[in-house]
Amino acid sequence: MIKLRFAAPEMLVDINDLPGLDHLQREDDGTLHIGALCRHGALERSALLATHQPTMAAAAPLVADPIVRNRGTLVGSLCHADPQGDWASVMASLGGLVLAQGPKGRRTIPVKEFVRGPFQNTLATDEIAVEAIVPAPQGVPAGGYLKLERRVGDFATAGVAVSIDRSGGKVTRAGIALTGVGGSTIAADEAAQLLVGGPLTAEVIGEAAELAAQAAQPRTDHRGSASYKRQVVRVFTSRILTRLLATEVEAA
Amino acid sequence: MSSLYEVVPSEAADDVPVMKVTIRVNGENRSAMVEPRLLLAHLLRQGFNLTGTHTGCDTTNCGACTVLFDGQPVKSCTMFAVQADGHDVMTVEGLAGPSELHAIQEGFKEEHGLQCGFCTPGMMMTSKALLDENPNPTEDEIRWALSGNLCRCTGYQNIVKAVMWAATKLDGQ
Repeated sequence: MIKLRFAAPEMLVDINDLPGLDHLQREDDGTLHIGALCRHGALERSALLATHQPTMAAAAPLVADPIVRNRGTLVGSLCHADPQGDWASVMASLGGLVLAQGPKGRRTIPVKEFVRGPFQNTLATDEIAVEAIVPAPQGVPAGGYLKLERRVGDFATAGVAVSIDRSGGKVTRAGIALTGVGGSTIAADEAAQLLVGGPLTAEVIGEAAELAAQAAQPRTDHRGSASYKRQVVRVFTSRILTRLLATEVEAA
Repeated sequence: MSSLYEVVPSEAADDVPVMKVTIRVNGENRSAMVEPRLLLAHLLRQGFNLTGTHTGCDTTNCGACTVLFDGQPVKSCTMFAVQADGHDVMTVEGLAGPSELHAIQEGFKEEHGLQCGFCTPGMMMTSKALLDENPNPTEDEIRWALSGNLCRCTGYQNIVKAVMWAATKLDGQ
């Protein structure tokens, strides 16, 4: 941001050497806490995520490139608020929160309200984000993240995050969010709501994919036409959900 | 102690903030007075004269500036020099002495793992970190590990072979 002259801060505070911020913890109820210094690479290699949080586990290896993942962080990505950011979609689909700390104490901000626009978040000037929180699942969590990129490390042509919780053969909670197809991360809430309350079926999946595609606000650019990106959203939403349908059948 | 911007041609010099950094570079403590905005890649190249670290894109894309930071590959064009204060940095010059070759360097020579050579130092440092962690990587694992390093000569086949060669050699040692 500084190199591109988008930002010219008078002072920068490096938090990299602060202790106690690189945690990735799971509470007994399933709530996840991701510290501000927990790197993408740590999330990618995390057995905890591989076991308990499939959407995050799917997204971690797709963030930027392996070298960048050694330094970059999930919380940093949320704060950066790039409409192309992978984690913002993942966290929006999970109903995630940002924990901010300032002189007046701590407060949590839902990720969906955290981003104000491209590269803008709602942190006060005297606050820093210390943690991201994924609320406890309402059942067994399932999900996925798919991203189309021209090469590793490029901005997404389009990306889709899907997170659902299932209990007793029914979807108890659902979130779908879209990467890189609008001025900020798009929560496809209508598409997600359609899934809640019943079992996953091919018909519901088709309708949800259509609603997700309609929620996208893509622009034609060198990565593809608007209609192509919309189609990618449709296909990715359907592909992730169809895979979840298959695993449900296997599990049963 | 080297100073990067010791010649500042005006009274404005007083306004330029400088900080002292001490970095363990290739096993040796090196100190410098630097402006806080100075990038690590530039301190290594212009301050410490370690010009093996290349700056390609300056935007965290190409990976030519890759160095090991506390043992992990990072793109040194996207870190401030002051952030490396008190840390360990290894550049391509740290792989082997001036009259010898590290197995990775030998591998790149044997398998013709370079054409213009611009991406090579970054490729080698990423490979070093890979082989430190995974001494017997598969071809896929090598490609995955090197996916943040771009070769515009597109000599990827031989780069992968070079890393395989180095892995075999290191394994035999």
